[in-house]
Amino acid sequence: MSTAPKSETKAVTMVEDIRQGLWEEMTADESVFVIGEDVGTYGGAFKLTEGFIDQFGVERMIDTPISEAAIVGAACGAALMGMRPVAEFQFFDFVSCGFDMLTNYAAKSRYRGCGGIPAVFRGPCGGGVRGGPFHSLNAEAFFLNTAGLKMVEPSTAYDAKGLIKAAIRDPDPVLFFEHKKLYRLPRLREELPEEDYIVEIGKARTAREGKDLSIITFGAMVLNALDAAEELEKSDGLSVEVIDLRSLAPLDKEAILETVKKTNRVMILHEASLTGGIGGELSAIIAEEAFEWLDAPVIRVASINTPVPFAPQMEDYYQPSLGEIIEAGRKLAAY
Amino acid sequence: MITNTTARPAPKKPLSCINETSLTKEQQRELYRYLKMTRMFDEKTVMLKRQAKLTGGVFTSLGQEATAVGTAYALEPRDFIAPLIRDIGACFVKGIEPRTIFLQYLGKGSAPSRATDVQFHFADLENGFVGPISHLGDMIPVMTGVLLASRMKKENRVAVAYIGEGASSTGAFHEGVNFAAVQKLPLITVIENNGYAYSTPTRNQAACSNFVEKAVGYGIKGLTADGNDVIHCYEVMKEAVAHARGGNGAVLLEVHTYRRKGHAEHDNQAYVPDGEIAWWAEHNDPMTRYEKYLIENKVMSQAEMDETVKDLKTFLDAEADWAESQPDPTPESAAYEVFDNSIVPPAFKKEVLS
Ligand SMILES: Cc1ncc(C[n+]2csc(CCOP(=O)(O)OP(=O)(O)O)c2C)c(N)n1
Repeated sequence: MSTAPKSETKAVTMVEDIRQGLWEEMTADESVFVIGEDVGTYGGAFKLTEGFIDQFGVERMIDTPISEAAIVGAACGAALMGMRPVAEFQFFDFVSCGFDMLTNYAAKSRYRGCGGIPAVFRGPCGGGVRGGPFHSLNAEAFFLNTAGLKMVEPSTAYDAKGLIKAAIRDPDPVLFFEHKKLYRLPRLREELPEEDYIVEIGKARTAREGKDLSIITFGAMVLNALDAAEELEKSDGLSVEVIDLRSLAPLDKEAILETVKKTNRVMILHEASLTGGIGGELSAIIAEEAFEWLDAPVIRVASINTPVPFAPQMEDYYQPSLGEIIEAGRKLAAY
Repeated sequence: MITNTTARPAPKKPLSCINETSLTKEQQRELYRYLKMTRMFDEKTVMLKRQAKLTGGVFTSLGQEATAVGTAYALEPRDFIAPLIRDIGACFVKGIEPRTIFLQYLGKGSAPSRATDVQFHFADLENGFVGPISHLGDMIPVMTGVLLASRMKKENRVAVAYIGEGASSTGAFHEGVNFAAVQKLPLITVIENNGYAYSTPTRNQAACSNFVEKAVGYGIKGLTADGNDVIHCYEVMKEAVAHARGGNGAVLLEVHTYRRKGHAEHDNQAYVPDGEIAWWAEHNDPMTRYEKYLIENKVMSQAEMDETVKDLKTFLDAEADWAESQPDPTPESAAYEVFDNSIVPPAFKKEVLS
């Protein structure tokens, strides 16, 4: 597709929705521009910005050398000057090459009185696509301990569009994680409203109502959680609530505590490795603020503490499997 | 320099290779075998990919095989290389067997990376091969460390870091080359200028017209070779190696070549001007040029080359078949070797509430 994503409603995939959101923001606000490797002429490694260069020109679709530090740094500088850059990492794994700029420059600028950085740093993340240790990263835990960076990760087409728009309009730096497994997943096709909307950063979503136990998760794991919930309902008659965090920083504490108080049993599910993952932070919040509401220990289901292995058999072992989530749900309910 | 003109004239007479060489005829025949093997290996992996036998991405070096093969051929066994995606030819020259790389591609349990990583992301330190990671530029600083160790141990090794012209824009490239320069380390950084980094043409990568110009800024020796002339690559690299081994410090060697295939299999190269790929295929193919040279100089006859191709086909098919027949990794093998497991146990899955 080489022309504009149209605002006519039809069921499209997540990649198409992010594209539309970005397109609409670029149309509405001339200060929005895109910077990254192969984003212009080529339209991005995942073709998310295909056709943008014809509409917005080379000045607003900047193809860079292979220089992530320059991409992040330039986005910061332009943001200081009132622009709204959307910087792309070809794969989120390469954020490491821009780590210093992000954690030291972008994250601390407002705090130091040097000006807010309204920039978005986006790109494909996540595993399950046999990408091996350098094309499968879930990076949120690296940045969770850096005050000053917001982080979002959508799991539906609606949220993807609403969140990219909110991220672009946000006055602070936002890391926007796009799980590459979801980009073109037919299951996520949905018709979106015609009118302009955003999804507020910092707000979770109840992906499925339930009363016996809660699974708190985000990203591609939301689908596994929903499948597990379905199965647990069918086979065990359990009513499972699924909370899709959407925002990883700031976290929606209210929604987290509310589901704990409702079901009293909590599983935290994420795709990054277990140790030092966001699950630790979530369980600490729950332990500190809703201890008396718990009928069972908070459990974490996550990938094992290794890099992401390449071979399918090994990556399937690395990640939490559907069976594992179901089994954990059973144990949690029976505790 | 690659010029993006579509109406580029054909060379006055068909290109061959330079005529002055110190290589024996025997060596020139061996070089032919490596060059051909590289191309045929790529063809084989593309076929395996099309048959859905490979899970990961397939990157080929079609049209630029001579850069890796010619330069690596100037090294000694004790020397080290860190190749990139287009340098499988250099691995072969360093003694890596095709079967090993097939095992890697196929994600087999007995692959040197134990199927934890892709393609030639593995190491064979005995053969002087330091395996790369995806993050471009990172191997240059690593190679400076290989050379610091060699200097402390008085081993007089030379190391080669291969890098695309695109990756020369990374911070790691700059830090590594500069450090090697300051330390006068025998590091040869081979910049393979093949016209494109993914879709990005060379002119958007650097404002200097030749990457070798960067050598001046680092205060190191800069050399250039015709990357599609395997003999020229060899001879210039020989000079670079002599310089580095002689204690004169680092070298930046720019080889001019052309990437005829897309970045990976999925890339349709719509960004390439019409006719450009065809021009290179027709007028400046390293294989054709070397074959012409071999015949003109009576090193090999067409019949001998055909024979080599036949042998290679049988050999590569057997290597791939053997690799395919090897067992897949067990799922649990994912848990091993994050640390030395005699000290820290494997990272097995943990059962909740057990
Ligand atoms: C630090 C980093 N950023 C981005 C990438 C994604 N990437 C992989 S290969 C490539 C292009 C490489 O171009 P070049 O260095 O010229 O090598 P060539 O593919 O032409 O041989 C890019 C951008 C990467 N691997 N590492």
